[in-house]
Amino acid sequence: MSLDISFIGILIGSIMASSVPLILAASGELITERSGVLNLGVEGMMIIGAISGFALMVITDNLFIAIVGSMLSGVIISLIFGFLTQSLLTNHVATGLALTIFGIGLSAMLGKNFVGIPGKEFPILFSSLRESIPFFGPILFGHSIVLYFAFALPFLTNYFLKKTKLGLIVRAVGDSPVSASNQGINVILVRYCCILYGGAMCGLAGAYLSLIYTPQWIENMTAGRGWIALALVVFATWSPIKVLIGALIFGGITILQLHMQAIGFRIPVQFLSALPYLMTIIVLVVISRDSRKIKLNTPTSLGRIFYKEK
Amino acid sequence: MLHKKNLEGKFKMYKNFFRYLISAIFLLGFSVNSNADFKVGFVYVGPTGDHGWTFQHHEGRNAVEAAGIKTTFVESVPEGADAERVIRQLAQSGHDLIFTTSFGYMDPTNKVAKDFPNVKFEHATGYKREHSNVSTYSARFYEGRTLLGHIAGKMTKTNTIGYIASFPIPEVIRGINAMTLAAQKVNPNIKTKIVWVFTWYDPGKEAEAAQALIDQGADVIMQHTDSTAPVQTAEKAGVWSFGQASDMQRFAPKSILTSIIDDWAPYYVERAIAARDGTWNQQDTWHGLKEGMVAMGPYNSAMGADLVKEVEQLQKDLASGKVHSFTGPIYDQKGNILVAEGKVADDGMLAGMSVYVKGVEGDIPK
Repeated sequence: MSLDISFIGILIGSIMASSVPLILAASGELITERSGVLNLGVEGMMIIGAISGFALMVITDNLFIAIVGSMLSGVIISLIFGFLTQSLLTNHVATGLALTIFGIGLSAMLGKNFVGIPGKEFPILFSSLRESIPFFGPILFGHSIVLYFAFALPFLTNYFLKKTKLGLIVRAVGDSPVSASNQGINVILVRYCCILYGGAMCGLAGAYLSLIYTPQWIENMTAGRGWIALALVVFATWSPIKVLIGALIFGGITILQLHMQAIGFRIPVQFLSALPYLMTIIVLVVISRDSRKIKLNTPTSLGRIFYKEK
Repeated sequence: MLHKKNLEGKFKMYKNFFRYLISAIFLLGFSVNSNADFKVGFVYVGPTGDHGWTFQHHEGRNAVEAAGIKTTFVESVPEGADAERVIRQLAQSGHDLIFTTSFGYMDPTNKVAKDFPNVKFEHATGYKREHSNVSTYSARFYEGRTLLGHIAGKMTKTNTIGYIASFPIPEVIRGINAMTLAAQKVNPNIKTKIVWVFTWYDPGKEAEAAQALIDQGADVIMQHTDSTAPVQTAEKAGVWSFGQASDMQRFAPKSILTSIIDDWAPYYVERAIAARDGTWNQQDTWHGLKEGMVAMGPYNSAMGADLVKEVEQLQKDLASGKVHSFTGPIYDQKGNILVAEGKVADDGMLAGMSVYVKGVEGDIPK
């Protein structure tokens, strides 16, 4: 039983690593949702990103191309969603669900030839500092570049939404597309951009799994993380900083329950596995009691179809 | 569009008609040799490329195909309602023998078997044979676990063995116990730490579980799950590991000491030929190292020549029956005797094993 300070550092380090795909996917989805579009295809976009990244790594042997390619694949598949919901005005929920099912099937088909190939080691930064500094070393150093990006992302997103003109436009489009449109904003274009951005982040989240976290391609390897990311956006009440906190809590529960088992604590495993979802429900109940809090960040027109009358 | 569809439908009808006509002619001509139509179906729980459990069943299927028997397979079939639908579909579409290759297919297999008395069913790792056309088969993986335990007990420096367990079913508990008993024999200070992940297959979670065990001081990792993630995590962390279900050496060349390999091929070929020739009977098969259904991967030279020799001898003794994985005295965690001194556990006890032996830490989750 080694619950000393350096072990806690290692523990926090692994919690951070496990929360990266959640942060990336949820931050992307958050922008999409703030523009008033509900895309339930997160899981599908992630799995497509995972296979594209891995396939490109095997084919080109270049991790940079693999990472960029995974984001592009997320963009392409979210373009399908964008076209259907924004140009053909289909229902957001149904289209998003279809996208997830499509993504899982397509990735399995594309991945047929990439099963069973060992992945490549992804470079980690400052690995010497990780060993030499107790406690802070494993927390701050020895991670991949994607992890540092993921942890900066919620702050960048927050800045973007609150402090920039473009962020204001995204929020306006999500809250009242009709007024935004009357102001001369091209609502459909803004929503397209937000959907594609969300797709890119989900693609990157998938590639993190197949290139960095467990470097290999395995069918259905996202294993429901896309759904947790979706729950996370609601849990965070559409606030980017709370996405970061929520992702650490969600990731932390998984890691902690495994460690607690290894240490020998007796806790019902099934209960802990259900905890992230339970917490989301509790947060939903709590925030729905205070209408001001919801109004603060919730995109009012979330999931509603917008079309410009001519 | 509609018009085109109608045309297509008609065309299909004619096509089907001709197909029936041709098969009827063939049937008349070769009615003596109805073997040509004999078909075997396989239902897999994972993808054929998992490089573990399903991969090995698929190798078995390839062997059946190579023996000149037609086969089909359905992969990644979830255990539950979907499984019954898939099995039923295979039975309906003219398969004569169907292998269902996961524990969770037990009830669906028996349910479908009731409705198709002329189709033969083979269920892996289960114990229910409710109808005369259902056989069960499994391998004595615990014999392999005994070898892993012996190696782990000798190789560990921290005296802590990490074990990633899937579901609390007898098969998994049997493996944990067999490994622990063998490790204790060579190293009385051994501790087995177990993490339950409640999945057969989630690489992310399997990797996290391996890391948690390594962080808790385990320097030998083994798993009863299907992906290669645990051995890769062990390789990265510089601790020892074992391949599960198939030879996983190339995923962790430094870390893997050996692998337990499931070899279903001879059994599948034998049963398929028996079913084709009409000599198939209901049976419950439980083969091990002796029959070759359980085999071991190459031993890592890092073990040292002496240990390799020792383990090879133990492997021979297990196969010949000179040594049994569960030889008394065996105690449970509370110290109650499970198997008396000088006795070995019988198959009934092994099949229903639901308590840990002394030396395993923690409780079995309910």
